[in-house]
Amino acid sequence: MLALLVFLPIIAFAAILLGAPARSSAIAAAAINLLLGLAATVTPKAAWAFNLPVLEKPALHLSFAFTDGMSLVMVLLTVIVTLAAVLSGQSPAGKEKLYFGSSLLISAGALGAFAATDLFFFYAFHELALIPTFLMIGILGRGDRREIAWKITIYLGVGSIILLAGLVWLANLTGSYDIPTMIANKAMIPAEAQKGIAALLIIGFGTLVSLFPFHSWAAPAYASAPAPVAMLHAGVLKKFGLYGLLRLAIPLVPEGLQQWLTPLLVLLLGNILWVGLVTISQKRLDTLLGNSSVMHMGYIFLAIAALIAVPGNTLALPAAVILMFAHGVSIALLFGLADRIERNTGSLDLADLGGLAKSAPTLAFLFGIAAMASIGLPGLANFSGEVLVFLSAFKDYSPTAGLGPVQIACILSVWGVVISAVYMLRAYRRIFHGPAVKLTTSAPDITFADRAPALILIIALLAVGLYPNLLLNLLK
Amino acid sequence: MPAYYLEALTVTLGIVLLMAEAFSPGKSKAWLGIAGAIGLAVILVLTFTAVGPAANPEAAWAKWPLWNFYQFDASAKFYKIFSLLTTILVLLLAVDYRKVLARFTEHPGSENGTGEYYCLPIFACAGMMWVASAKDLAGAFVALELVTITFYILVSFMRRNVGSLEAGVKYLIIGALSTGFLIYGIAWVYGTLGTMNLAEMSEALIPRLVTPIASEPVPYPAVPQLPLLFGISLVLIGLGFKIGAVPTHIWIPDVYQGAPTPTTAFLSVGSKAAGFILLMRFLEPFLASDLTRGSVITLLAILAGATLLFGNLAAISQSNFKRLLGYSSIAHAGFLLLALAAGNPGSDKTLSSNEAASFYLATYLLMTLGVFFVLSQIRIQRDGESINDFNGLGKTNPTLAFALTVLLAALAGVPLTAGFYGKFFVFSLAVEADLWIPVVIAFIGAAAGFYYYFKVIRAMWWSAPAEGAQPLVLPTITKAAVGVLTAAVLLFGIWPQPILALLK
Repeated sequence: MLALLVFLPIIAFAAILLGAPARSSAIAAAAINLLLGLAATVTPKAAWAFNLPVLEKPALHLSFAFTDGMSLVMVLLTVIVTLAAVLSGQSPAGKEKLYFGSSLLISAGALGAFAATDLFFFYAFHELALIPTFLMIGILGRGDRREIAWKITIYLGVGSIILLAGLVWLANLTGSYDIPTMIANKAMIPAEAQKGIAALLIIGFGTLVSLFPFHSWAAPAYASAPAPVAMLHAGVLKKFGLYGLLRLAIPLVPEGLQQWLTPLLVLLLGNILWVGLVTISQKRLDTLLGNSSVMHMGYIFLAIAALIAVPGNTLALPAAVILMFAHGVSIALLFGLADRIERNTGSLDLADLGGLAKSAPTLAFLFGIAAMASIGLPGLANFSGEVLVFLSAFKDYSPTAGLGPVQIACILSVWGVVISAVYMLRAYRRIFHGPAVKLTTSAPDITFADRAPALILIIALLAVGLYPNLLLNLLK
Repeated sequence: MPAYYLEALTVTLGIVLLMAEAFSPGKSKAWLGIAGAIGLAVILVLTFTAVGPAANPEAAWAKWPLWNFYQFDASAKFYKIFSLLTTILVLLLAVDYRKVLARFTEHPGSENGTGEYYCLPIFACAGMMWVASAKDLAGAFVALELVTITFYILVSFMRRNVGSLEAGVKYLIIGALSTGFLIYGIAWVYGTLGTMNLAEMSEALIPRLVTPIASEPVPYPAVPQLPLLFGISLVLIGLGFKIGAVPTHIWIPDVYQGAPTPTTAFLSVGSKAAGFILLMRFLEPFLASDLTRGSVITLLAILAGATLLFGNLAAISQSNFKRLLGYSSIAHAGFLLLALAAGNPGSDKTLSSNEAASFYLATYLLMTLGVFFVLSQIRIQRDGESINDFNGLGKTNPTLAFALTVLLAALAGVPLTAGFYGKFFVFSLAVEADLWIPVVIAFIGAAAGFYYYFKVIRAMWWSAPAEGAQPLVLPTITKAAVGVLTAAVLLFGIWPQPILALLK
C-alpha cells in the first residue's frame, strides 16, 4: 500500500507528461494520497509495508514501511502539504506540465524518503525531489532566479555528496543497507569511526536543513521559488535532514554525536539568534518567511541536541517530530498566503503594503492564524512542539548539578520566541493594518476556492495544537 | 554455435560491406550504416547462443588449440554484447551525421568519400570482441592494436578539416608511444614469469606445496619482484592510454574535440571498454596473489586518485561541450580505476571490483551515447558544440531537454538513474577497501561532476535561446535512440539487476 502512496504522484507525473490535464491530475493524485495517509493512521502499520528486492548484491530492496510513528507523521505532513500546494498553485500560462509535474515529483521524493526502510532509496528519493526544485526555481523563480537556483544546486549537491559519504561508510560498517538491520548491527561500528561518521552526517544533513552556517542558500531560494515549491520544500523536504538525523544518526552513532554536541549547540544558536536578528531586518515578506524558516530549524536541532545529550530522553523525540510537523504545516500556509498577497496586490515589499485587512479581511484573518501559529501561540500546533522542546531540554535537570550546555542553549534560545514575535507581528501590522495604500485599496479578497488549501492546513494546525495526542499516540 | 564464429561473422560483415561500397555506384551511403547496424544486431542476437568448449567438450572444434588463446566466459560475453551494442549505436549516429562528414571528405558536398566510415567501426568492433576473449597477452595485444589502428583512421576521417587532422596526428603519436609502453611492459612480465598466458601467470604467482608437511609455511615462488612490478607499471601506462587515465590522458581533450562526433562517441565508450576489459584480465593474476597484490593496489590507487583529480577539476572550466565530455571521460576512467583498485574478488554479499566496473561501463555506454546523439544534432543544426549552443533548449524542445537532463543527471550520478548505481558501487567498494585518500578525491570529483554537468542543464532550462535560434528537429533514428537510451537509464536506475545478471 505504501508503494501506491509513493508512486501515485510519479504515475500522475507520467500521465501529465503524456498529455493528461495537469492541474486536475495533480489535485486528484494529491487528494487520493491524503485519504491514503489518513487511512494509514487508523489501520495497522504492518499492513502498509512493501518490499521488492531490486538487487542481489549488495542486497537492496525497494521497501517501504512505517517502522515507527515518526515516518507516519512525516508522510502525513507530506500528503497534507502536497494537496494544499497543488490546490493553491497558479501556474503561469503554458507551463502547467512543468509546474504541477514538478510539484508531484517533489512530493513523491519526500514520501519515498520518509517511507523507505532501505538506506539506498532513503537517499535516492530525496535526491529525486531536488532536481525539480532546481528546475522550478531556475525557470519560474522570481528575482535573480538563475543565480539563486545555481547556488542551491551547488549547496544541496555538495551537501548530499557529503551525506552520501557518511551513509556509505555506515552501510559498509554495518554490512547492510536495510535500516532496521543496520540499527540491529550497530555494535559493528567501531568507536573511532563514530566521530567521523557523525561529522559527515551533521554537515550533510545539516546543509540540507540549513543549519547555520550552511544556511545561506535557503532564504533566497524560498523567496524566489514558485509557491508550491516553497511550500513543499520549506514545509516538507527540508525535514528530510532532521528526519535522517533522528532515524540514522541518533540510533547508530550516538557517541560520535556526543563529541560534537557543543559545536552543534553553538550552530543551532546561530540559527535561532543570528538568523532571527537577520530576519527582523528583512524588508520583503518572502525573504522574511525564508529566514524565519531557517531560524525555526534551530529549535528542532535543539530537541535533537537534547536527545544526544541524554540518550534516554523520552520527550525529545516527540518534541522534534511534532515541531517538524507543525513547522511544516505553518510555513507552507505562510508561503501559500504570501503568494496570495502578491497575486492580489502585486507586491511583497513591506514598505509598499498596508491596510490590506480592510479590503481583504478573510486573507488577513487566515494570515493572522498562520503568523500566530508560527510564533507559537497556544492552541496551535507549533506551541505544543516548542513547549515540548523546551521541556525536553530540561528533562534531566538537577538543581545540584547546575545547568548543562543544553540547558544554557535552551535558555538562550527562548529569546528566539521574542525575536520571532517581533518580526512576525511587525510584518502583520505593516501588511494588514494602518491606512490602505494604493496597492491595497482595491485588492480583492481571497476567493472561496482559494480558501480550501488554507483551511486544510489550518485544520491540521488546530487539531494538533488543541489535541497533541493525535500525533503523540502515533509516536508511541 | 562456437563463440569464435561471432568475430568471424563480424569481420566478414565488414569486408562484405567494404566490397559493396566499392562496387556500388549509389550517391547516398546511408544504407551502409543501416546495413551494418542490422548485421551487427543479428550477431548480437547470435551472441546469446554462443558457447565455449566447456559446454560441448566432445565437439571437434572444442579441441582446437585456438582455445589456448581464446576464452568464452560470462565477462567475455558481456563485453562482446557491449561492443556490438556500442558499434550499432555509433553506426546509427554516423548515419545521421553524414552531412557534416560529407563536407570535409574527398568530394565536398557529396557522400562519395564517406562509405568507409560505416565499415571501419565494424572492424574495430571485431577487435574489441577479441580483446574481450583474450587469454594470452600476445593475442590481446594484437586485438587491441586492431582497435587502435582503426581508430587512427576514424579520428582523422574528416581530412579536409584541420581540427580532425590535428586530432589524428596527436592520437597517432601518443598512441604509438603508449603501444611501445604496453609491449615493453608485456616483455618484462614475460621475462619474469616466463609466460604470456594469463592462467599460467596466475599459477606462477601462487605458492605451491613443496613439502607434504602441512605445518611448514608454504614458500612463494621465487619471482623477481622489482622487474615484475616495473613490467606491470609499464603495462598500466600503456593501457592508461586506451582508457584515458593519467599520465597518458593528454590526448583526450584535443582528440575528442577534433574527431568526428561518432568517432568521439566510439572512442569514449568502445575504446575505453576495450582497455578496461584487458586491464581487468591482466590484473586478475596479480591481484589474486599476495606476492603482488599490495603493490598493484597501491599503483592503481595512485592512478585512480590522479585521474579523478585531473579529470574532474579540468572539466569545470570547459565551455566546449565536447571537450567537457572528454575531460569527464577521464573522470569516469578514474572512478572505474578506483573500483579496480579496491581489488575486491566479490562475495555472496558484495559485488566484485570487476562486476562493479563492468556495470559502470554499461551504464556509461547508455548515458554517453545518448548525450552524443543529441550533441551531434546540435553540431549539425546549430553548427556549434559549445555549452552556449544548448541555450534555451528547454523552451524550444522541452521533450529533448527533458531527455538530456536525465542523461546528464545520470552522468553526474543523481540517484534513481543508472549512473548513480555505478558511482554508488564504486564508493561502496572503495570505502570497504579503506582507500581513504582516493575516496575523498572521488567524493570531491563527484561534487565537481555535479557542477559541470549541471552547467549544461542550466543552459538548457535557465537561459534564453539565442536570437533566431531554430528549434531542433530530430531525425527519426536519433529520436528513437535518445528515447530508448533515456528510458533505459531510468529503468536501470531503479532496477539494475538485468545488467548484473548478464555478468554471471
